Amino acid sequence: MKAVEVRELVKDYGNFRAINGISFEVKEGEVFGLIGPNGAGKTTALRVIATLLQITSGSVAVFGYELPKEAGEVRKIISYLPEEAGAYKNLTGKDYLNFIAKFFGDREKFQNMVQRGLEIANLGERINDKVDTYSKGMTRRLLVGRALMVNPRLAILDEPTSGLDVLNAQEVRRIINSSVEAGVAVLLSSHNMLEVELLCHRIALINDGKIVASGTAEELKKEYDAGNIEEAFVKAIK
Amino acid sequence: MIGNIIKKEFKELFVLATLIPIVVIAIVFGLVGQTIGNVGERMEEKPVIGIVDMDDGDFSDIAMAVLTEKAEVIYDGSDAEEGLEEVREENGVALLVVPENFSQNIYANHQGEIEIYWIMKGAGLMDSISSGVVEGLIQAVNQGISTKLIQQDSSFDPALVLNPTKRVEATFFKGKEIEGLSSSQLGNMLSSQSIVIPIVVMMLIIMAGASVISSMGMEKENKTLETLLTLPVRRSHIVIGKIVGSALVGMIMAAIYMIGFSRYMTSFQISDINLADFGLALSMQDYLLIGVSLFTALLAGLALCIVLGTFAKNYRSAQTLIFPITALAMISVFITMFKDFDTIPAVLRILVFAIPFSHPMMAMRALMMDNYSLVIGGIAYTAVFTVIMIVIAVRIFNSDRLLTGSVQKRGGLGKLVWGFRR
Repeated sequence: MKAVEVRELVKDYGNFRAINGISFEVKEGEVFGLIGPNGAGKTTALRVIATLLQITSGSVAVFGYELPKEAGEVRKIISYLPEEAGAYKNLTGKDYLNFIAKFFGDREKFQNMVQRGLEIANLGERINDKVDTYSKGMTRRLLVGRALMVNPRLAILDEPTSGLDVLNAQEVRRIINSSVEAGVAVLLSSHNMLEVELLCHRIALINDGKIVASGTAEELKKEYDAGNIEEAFVKAIK
Repeated sequence: MIGNIIKKEFKELFVLATLIPIVVIAIVFGLVGQTIGNVGERMEEKPVIGIVDMDDGDFSDIAMAVLTEKAEVIYDGSDAEEGLEEVREENGVALLVVPENFSQNIYANHQGEIEIYWIMKGAGLMDSISSGVVEGLIQAVNQGISTKLIQQDSSFDPALVLNPTKRVEATFFKGKEIEGLSSSQLGNMLSSQSIVIPIVVMMLIIMAGASVISSMGMEKENKTLETLLTLPVRRSHIVIGKIVGSALVGMIMAAIYMIGFSRYMTSFQISDINLADFGLALSMQDYLLIGVSLFTALLAGLALCIVLGTFAKNYRSAQTLIFPITALAMISVFITMFKDFDTIPAVLRILVFAIPFSHPMMAMRALMMDNYSLVIGGIAYTAVFTVIMIVIAVRIFNSDRLLTGSVQKRGGLGKLVWGFRR
């Protein structure tokens, strides 16, 4: 079964067309990357799939559940990490994980989820401190823990390593990879071409709301006779 | 340099969104003031009364002369029943009856009795102005009689000369006859409810409302809203959860406020009259209705706040969004404090009824007068208002507005209901 199936998706904000008829698929156990400059429509596409925005036209299905009709079912199997996400500042890191886990399962599942969240976040004793006292990197690790602890069938990650230093970014990428090994499908967006090459099985290059090219990193480099994805992207949008 | 900063600040703060509520409130307050009327003018107006002279003696003649000169007498006869009916029909303030032997008693060094039957229309602070003027008339009658006593003979008891009359009074208010109380006394007793309850309700609404609007602002500012909206929980549950959570916080804050405020108000209380002695006590059922009225009004206010909260961009903008709620609550407070629901013009009555917060403010007074239809009608209206606001809030939560500030149109009531179920 396809994890995500997007067909001719159009999304308008008033008179502005943010997404202009894009189509792509994400397979189970695959990391699929949407790459493009600011304002290309990456976040809008992710928000539509995450049930946050309405569809202007076209169709989106997540593991066979159609949006927006079956949004409630989709929310049970996805986990979304926004680019600039935050956590409730008056809660401790552990309380925040508890709060989220309560939406997903019974007592036994809940305990396992929180345990997994604690391991992924790996904040040590600081997990018992208020989120308000966390650095940006610590908050992001907590949020990645939150996103992946619930064992989603699809993780939607918008710029997962945004604002993180090299070490923290590397740790987050390691966590994502281990989740994929456990069977999670990942749809992510990124500006970071190196990250995309390291993480993604397949990539779609998006510009001005349209997908201009898609394939594996190797296929794209070959198609555009480029040394890296960045070069391939520049050639693709020209 | 400084001019540039002032210009930037002015441009940032002086926007249509902040201007419109102020203009609306200014217009509404102007309208309220105009409709309630000018206190000074009403103090100068002659009160409408009826008089019955059953004595026809020297002192009753003085009393009648003073009353006829200083009041608009719409009944001057000998039948108290008939007079009372006439005063009621003509919207008068009171019927004053001078009984037989009035003058004889005074000549015998006893105070003469004046029977006063007050027709009380409302228990608001402004409703007792006319009765205050009549109280002044009684003083004038006393002065007239005192003067006559001093001129006639010096053998009268000085205490009698100073206070030649005593009053026997009863007040008719909303179908009840309350013996032994003047409308001013009754008004004073009810005024504690007129002030304390509306202010406490207003504080409760504002504090709980600020919590829910701020919560929306913080969700956006802290970037937690997107995550919340992708969790497997119904939008209606998010909305209701926010409302109930904020209601609890608001009630705790209002309770703390109420303790301080009630102690403050107690220091002004001069009446030691027990309302229960006059059949004005509330039953357990009444208190339950007041509780339900307060709870539904709180939910209605919070449901309205959550709709307003969806417009908040951040915590700061959320603070300004509480203003319309404060203004609505203040309108309810001022109107219910100064006027009784039954004595305000129809336009204001509709306005007061339409503002859900007014109902708990009016509930206690209405229940004392057995006006159950107003209280139960208010609860029913407030409940419907709450449901409509929650449905609107859920609809907004299902739209793009929360994240983008615009709405993807769906159209149709069916879609509205569908949105609520999601």
